[in-house]
Amino acid sequence: MISVFFYLFSFIAVFSAVMVITVKNPVHSVFFLILTFFNATGLFVLMGAEFLAMLLLVVYVGAVAVLFLFVIMMLNIDFSSLRAGMIKNAPVGLLIGVILLGEIIFSFIGMKYGIAGIPGNELFVQLSEVENTRALGKVIYTDYIYLFQCAGLILLVAMIGAIVLTHRRRENVKKQDAVKQTLRSKSDSIEVSKVEIGKGV
Amino acid sequence: MFDIFYNENFLAFIFIMLKIIGLVVPLLVIVAFLTYAERKVIASVQLRKGPNVVGPFGLLQPLADGLKLFSKETIFPTVSNKIVFLLAPMVAFSLSIAAWAVIPIADGWVISNINVGILYLFAISSLSVYGIIMAGWASNSKYAFMGALRSAAQMVSYEVSIGLVIVTVLVCVGSLNLSDIVHAQKSVWYIFPLFPMFIVFFISALAETNRAPFDLPEDESSLVGGYFTEYSSMLFAMFFLGEYAAMIMMSGMATILFLGGWLPPFDIAILNQIPGFIWFAGKTSLMLFTFLWVRATFPRFRYDQLMRIGWKVFLPFSLLWVVLTSGFLIIFDLLPSSV
Repeated sequence: MISVFFYLFSFIAVFSAVMVITVKNPVHSVFFLILTFFNATGLFVLMGAEFLAMLLLVVYVGAVAVLFLFVIMMLNIDFSSLRAGMIKNAPVGLLIGVILLGEIIFSFIGMKYGIAGIPGNELFVQLSEVENTRALGKVIYTDYIYLFQCAGLILLVAMIGAIVLTHRRRENVKKQDAVKQTLRSKSDSIEVSKVEIGKGV
Repeated sequence: MFDIFYNENFLAFIFIMLKIIGLVVPLLVIVAFLTYAERKVIASVQLRKGPNVVGPFGLLQPLADGLKLFSKETIFPTVSNKIVFLLAPMVAFSLSIAAWAVIPIADGWVISNINVGILYLFAISSLSVYGIIMAGWASNSKYAFMGALRSAAQMVSYEVSIGLVIVTVLVCVGSLNLSDIVHAQKSVWYIFPLFPMFIVFFISALAETNRAPFDLPEDESSLVGGYFTEYSSMLFAMFFLGEYAAMIMMSGMATILFLGGWLPPFDIAILNQIPGFIWFAGKTSLMLFTFLWVRATFPRFRYDQLMRIGWKVFLPFSLLWVVLTSGFLIIFDLLPSSV
């Protein structure tokens, strides 16, 4: 039964991954990318990595891909110029693909010779005993706390960088101060005055 | 040849299918009557009578509305992207139904009791933005597109605070399983110690389901109909059903996280006699009533004010509460023992 689902998920994942780079419309590409993520989630669940599966769904499908979609829908993309770069960029893409494939093959060869030499191999042992959310939680905030914090800091720096690059100070912008507005009362904003006829306020 | 029918897997499959039907059919009926309840509640708030013509007390009104939508013509805008246009309401509708797979209605009454139930709910509710964004883009209409963009930004923003509220509850429970979350509230419902987080969750749920006062994606005074401007007939009905099913799902989530799920308010014999799903349904209905009440009472927010509350008020506040709660649990050594 599980193998049926495995082939289903992997077939759709591979198919939609191919579609991502072949369909003409960039928005459709993003939809296929989302489908790929979704099927990768299915594969994670089959492997018993339910926490990673849900994280992939929440972070990549629920947030990152939405922002991709957001940007691509808003951009005014010229389809023909996008196609023209295809031949020129193909070797670079191919090279990256080969490198990724090589790395995956190496890691599988490494797995074959056992996990004793790999740093963090206690994680594998724990996975067979407790649910993987707990196993991850146990090591990520203890043994790997510096790496974890480091990853967070890199993201923070990237975010600040993006804000600094795009932020510009504009003059004469009217800003609403919600606190000031709600703290206003009748006594300091309304004045009742007797106006004498013929004199004005 | 007929071996497959006697297979254990096959029987299990049939059993699961029956459970799904047993959940989805009542859910759809409840969704139909929720639209009726909404019209009645808003009518009462506004000193009107509401629907009272079709059937006794107008109870058959939702059926009549459904029949009307069935008989209408499905219109595809000429320059729309047909496939995506057709897929969008299906995505919206099926996602809001899919979430119910993990919600425990009573002790053990759940289709799939998975370890990461709350994360699954969170993931599904974060996916529901796709139905809207696809609809807005495929319609090829500026109003629909504006609605979709608003919705995307709004839902992504409020997910952050919902996520932190969930983290606060999880720190107290020590498990991601929804049934465990309910069992952990046996002595005290989390609404009492975590009341501010309940408020944050409720307001974020309003924004996440695009309900008033945060219904900017379908803001009729500035966007005609928002993301479903171009939809008609059953395609529109699917969005409608999806939105209401998502509302019930969010209320159910609030019930499980803060109101003790199927547990009675006091652990005494008489209250324990009442079956769990009645408590669950009662609490969920109370939450749903609050949704409708808010809609009838508050004016719509302006978009920048909505974003301000999400990012500048709720995010820092809920982050502070996560730190406070975990600090409190560590100082008084109350962390769940299983960790």
